[in-house]
Amino acid sequence: MTVLLNVAEVSKVFPVSGGPGAWVRLKRRFSGGVEKLPKVYAVDNVSFVIEKGETVGLVGESGCGKSTLVRALTRLIDVSDGLVTLGKRDVSLKPARVFARDRDRARIQMVFQDAGESVNPRFTAFDAIADPLRRLRKLRGKALTERVETVASQCGLPLALLTRYPHQLSGGQRARVGIARAIAVEPELLVLDEPTAALDVSVQVVILQLLQRLKREFGMSYLFVSHDLSVVRLLCDRVLVMYLGKIVESGPAAEVFEHPLHPYTQALVAAVPRLHEDGVERLRLSGEPRSPIDPDPNVCRFYGRCPRGTNACKTVMPALRSFGDRRVACHFAEEFLPQARIAS
Amino acid sequence: MTAAPTLSVEGLSVEFRTRSGIVRALENVSFAVDKGETIALVGESGSGKSVTAYAVMGILDPAGRVTAGRALLGSLDLLSAGPGKLAEVRGRDIAMIFQNPRTALNPIRPVGRQIADVLMRHGKVPRREAPAQAVEMLRAVGITDPVRRAKAYPFEMSGGMCQRVMIAIALAAKPSLLIADEPTTGLDVTTQAVIMDLVNELAKDMGMATIFITHDLALAGQRSARIVVMHAGHVVENAPTSDLFARPRHPYTAELIAATPDSAASLDELASIPGSLPDLRRTDLPPCRYSERCPRKLAACAQPLPQPAPGAAHFVACWNPLQELPNNLEAISAPKVSAA
Repeated sequence: MTVLLNVAEVSKVFPVSGGPGAWVRLKRRFSGGVEKLPKVYAVDNVSFVIEKGETVGLVGESGCGKSTLVRALTRLIDVSDGLVTLGKRDVSLKPARVFARDRDRARIQMVFQDAGESVNPRFTAFDAIADPLRRLRKLRGKALTERVETVASQCGLPLALLTRYPHQLSGGQRARVGIARAIAVEPELLVLDEPTAALDVSVQVVILQLLQRLKREFGMSYLFVSHDLSVVRLLCDRVLVMYLGKIVESGPAAEVFEHPLHPYTQALVAAVPRLHEDGVERLRLSGEPRSPIDPDPNVCRFYGRCPRGTNACKTVMPALRSFGDRRVACHFAEEFLPQARIAS
Repeated sequence: MTAAPTLSVEGLSVEFRTRSGIVRALENVSFAVDKGETIALVGESGSGKSVTAYAVMGILDPAGRVTAGRALLGSLDLLSAGPGKLAEVRGRDIAMIFQNPRTALNPIRPVGRQIADVLMRHGKVPRREAPAQAVEMLRAVGITDPVRRAKAYPFEMSGGMCQRVMIAIALAAKPSLLIADEPTTGLDVTTQAVIMDLVNELAKDMGMATIFITHDLALAGQRSARIVVMHAGHVVENAPTSDLFARPRHPYTAELIAATPDSAASLDELASIPGSLPDLRRTDLPPCRYSERCPRKLAACAQPLPQPAPGAAHFVACWNPLQELPNNLEAISAPKVSAA
């Protein structure tokens, strides 16, 4: 397999207001101290690869940095540190503003969460799909119309609907517009940010099946961001679990969900409602996540919510360790490992 | 239980006047919830779940009108009660948890005072004791450091915290009926599990009846004893949870179960539901609003739907219901491998 996207030690930090007041900061500055603004570590030293034709799932709770990571990868924002390599090219070098006009822009495209919100309400479906083609492929006139119609029919969007505005379309149709817009420029990597979150189950199925068909037809790679683990399990080959800016576990989707190694993943899997209850004691997380503002580099991010929480957890940050094709950032991953081995 | 149910909704019909015609949002909706029981209203968006709750609470949009039916809370018909009577009952006897806690809470009042308001108005708590009791309520819903949190504004709290505050407000006056309208939509699965545990536990402790509105069939199955499936303003099936999953009788219920991602081993196994909800403004709607999407349609479907027999455990509004286990359900009845 060839690596399509290589994310190496990517971090994204945002300065925040708050912390010491302006007066205190001013006093510190004049007394010779270093003035340092507190920072949110939204994404902290994250590395992973996406191979050609692979579907990778990214799961985690809101506020864990999924969206920031995805924006950094799709080059909508700049990374603070680290490299994002697409094929042979380092795409993190150019500022996001400049990259928007780059020829490689077309290689990574994104489907946003709620197409009702992310499609310009003053654009018809045709204009929405045509926009990236005009900007990145410089298509005009007949060639443009042809391409838009091809993509629309590939996405199962009736051509008669192309003249409609987003508010005249149903949720499922809007989702199709969002997908058609993203695949119009034939990207190699399609990043999907909860593409079915706003849809009913019956429509969700159709959209998921459409995505799977498109992937088979065009050989794209997907990065699928979702909090719905049942959907991730069905669609993804591999899964990354994120917690407070860090990847805490990764591995083949089926294995991770059957035998989660990290306590956070275990709680996540246990929290998914199932049609057929198996009567297993359910693991519940108590407390709130730790603050992502200037986190202590020596304390495990999950410490405080983790049912385990030993001394080692608050003195040494667990590194991401490999076990075969799985990686876990927990001091106690071995304890759950044998049962995973037997099953696989 | 032979006692009368906490709430009994009988033949509820609701219409909305719009510029493009009258929308018959609910038609002949009937269900009941007993003391201490949790039932779930399940359906796709637009099926009338929330409208049912709003009609019962008497907070329908001004364009909406109840055209028929009763909603009996004890001996009081909520649908014909006057605004004064309703204001007294709301909060004290029935409480509601809304979908989006951030927008449902008052943004310019500290949460502790919002809870105290309910306590003073409905709980007959003296003004001086209300703040302290509000703090106790916050503690009861599992908020750490309740004394400090009581002074916080909703924007200072996370979604899960706000939802806990909503629950505290709803339960402040110890109502006998709680309506939870998608209480965990927009929350993370881990938070969802904790919040639902909390609602279930408090309901059990207080012997409260709960109507739980959701579009998530799996969540409904996990949390309620009985499921009422709605489609286009009709109750299509009303059955005990285990019965419903093991033997769904209405074709729509069966399709809904087959479309739920949890049930399938691969994406190809999931079946979508053909067609979409009918336009409820039409004047020529067939008696069965599912019949135009239904693969099992008969000539008999043109006659009025069967009515629920009094006391029947499993009601299905269909002339040609499924009898045995359909093929596509075999896969999901296989035992699940334990997750944790």
